[in-house]
Amino acid sequence: MAEKGSTRILDGNNAAAQGAKLSRVQVIAAYPITPQSPVTEKLSEFVEKGELDAQYVAVESEHSALAVCTSASTVGARAFTASSSHGLAYMHEMLHWAAGARLPVFLACVNRAIGAPWNVLNDQQDSISQRDTGWIQIYARNNQEILDSIIQAYRIAESVYVPVMVCYDGFVLSHTEMPVNLPSQEDVDRFLPPYKPHTILDPANPRNYNLVTFANPRVNAEGVLCHGYMELRYLLQEALQNSRETIIKVGQEFGEAFGRTYSSTLWANRLDDANTVIVAMGSLVMEATVAADILREAGHKVGVLGLRVFRPFPKADVVKALEKSRLIVVFDKNISYGLEGATCSEIKSALYGSSVRAVIRNFIVGLGGRDVKARELVDAVNRSLLSAKEDDLTREYPEWICAI
Amino acid sequence: MQDYYEIRWHGRGGQGAITAAKILAQAAYLEGYQGVTAAPSFGAERRGAPISASTRIGRQTIMVVSQIENPNVVVVLDHTLLKYDEVTSGLIRGGWLIVNSWRHPKELDVPGDFNIATADATRVCSDLGLVVAGVTVVNTAILGSFVRATEAVSMSNIEKAIRGRFSDSQAGINLAAIAQTYEMTRLERRG
Repeated sequence: MAEKGSTRILDGNNAAAQGAKLSRVQVIAAYPITPQSPVTEKLSEFVEKGELDAQYVAVESEHSALAVCTSASTVGARAFTASSSHGLAYMHEMLHWAAGARLPVFLACVNRAIGAPWNVLNDQQDSISQRDTGWIQIYARNNQEILDSIIQAYRIAESVYVPVMVCYDGFVLSHTEMPVNLPSQEDVDRFLPPYKPHTILDPANPRNYNLVTFANPRVNAEGVLCHGYMELRYLLQEALQNSRETIIKVGQEFGEAFGRTYSSTLWANRLDDANTVIVAMGSLVMEATVAADILREAGHKVGVLGLRVFRPFPKADVVKALEKSRLIVVFDKNISYGLEGATCSEIKSALYGSSVRAVIRNFIVGLGGRDVKARELVDAVNRSLLSAKEDDLTREYPEWICAI
Repeated sequence: MQDYYEIRWHGRGGQGAITAAKILAQAAYLEGYQGVTAAPSFGAERRGAPISASTRIGRQTIMVVSQIENPNVVVVLDHTLLKYDEVTSGLIRGGWLIVNSWRHPKELDVPGDFNIATADATRVCSDLGLVVAGVTVVNTAILGSFVRATEAVSMSNIEKAIRGRFSDSQAGINLAAIAQTYEMTRLERRG
């Protein structure tokens, strides 16, 4: 289907704000932080001009921003927040709360390094550090995907009652303009119906939510056997496990409605005949395809696997995508200190027990805004090709592309 | 006109290099290039301090997200920045160095195997009153030199991009500055 709507040259932050506006968010609470600030500025402008019928709640911190969003979601509003780095870290407690309370809140994470030392530039340590909070995490490769993923995120979140975080690289996308197709409001309205809350606070019918919950199931005052804490945790895990299906279905329907299909949890680039696969996440997937072009010209059968959905981690999809690979080179813009890059660990975990017996190499790149050039990715793959041996499937620790 | 351009802008904070990078991306998209990107140099920027920005223009979607190493075109809004080696760093053979300067390209004394274009955009803008908070804003004017030297985009698409961004009166002054700078641009081919 041909693309509809109008194309404008937008930076990633503007694309995020437009995505929120098209999703008709009703409550926005955010605290400005580089490189996310322009998202909050743009949205407050939309509200001020009357272009977006939403309440913009000015808060004194990120913790409060997400507290406002969870409260708004509890009373039945579609809520939006955005943050980066220290701001996201400061939200940590409320991230757990939003997921535990099963609220379909949305958060745009503009990926930025965390101090000390101070650094405002891009890496993915901030969102990776929040991977165990129970949120769905989707990573955008470009500004179009930021906008499209936000619209899809509300459909997903409001179907499975799990909050969704769409992550995009600070500056590399947030401050870089590129063509973005803006769908019409009518088409988005058809795709994304108004939020039907599963919890509503009503003074006429008062209720308590998320009270102290004991370990074991327990009969409440009305004689109903209620879940214990652990059953509620099981249900959150089950919701994330099952959300893959919803994520794909929503992506396919998005494609039918707007002509841009998101029918997989992954981005596959020339994997059909590839025996060497580069794995990356976010905008680095774009640069990786340039590296693969160069390596293909040199006669290597190289493909690129981009992780679009990081939580739920699409284990089966990853195994299938990597089944022909002999060498997997994983580039991480994050590190789990003392081990390796997070996506590398997840890939290894997914491959355990599968028939894939590939050499895996992990490179830590691009921390604190360090530029990652295609030629550096090419060098790393060439080095990995030289070192790839059956008796040296994996290394204890990752290699770093830096001056040490 | 080529299929792919990497343009690096050098100016001082407040001169509008980033805006120029964006206007050019818009004009190139109108010209029919499917792939355009425009970005500031990432991180902190201060008024008066040297800054850079970049524009990429291609027939297909731009997949490169790293910083430009080997530009085809370098545009310098303040000629005093030429003393820094990084300004012309990586500029390819046969590419264009475009400088806001009253000097003839031959008098700039910049070594290299690239072509040079100069125009006194500061005087044009000063005469037209394109001054914001005490700074002569030459960012749009120099687009005239860019078009003259590279022919990468047409003046009519530059005009559309300008009209899409500014009010009618502001667009008029900026377009006058671009037209005058286009005319007075001096070219020195040596690539």
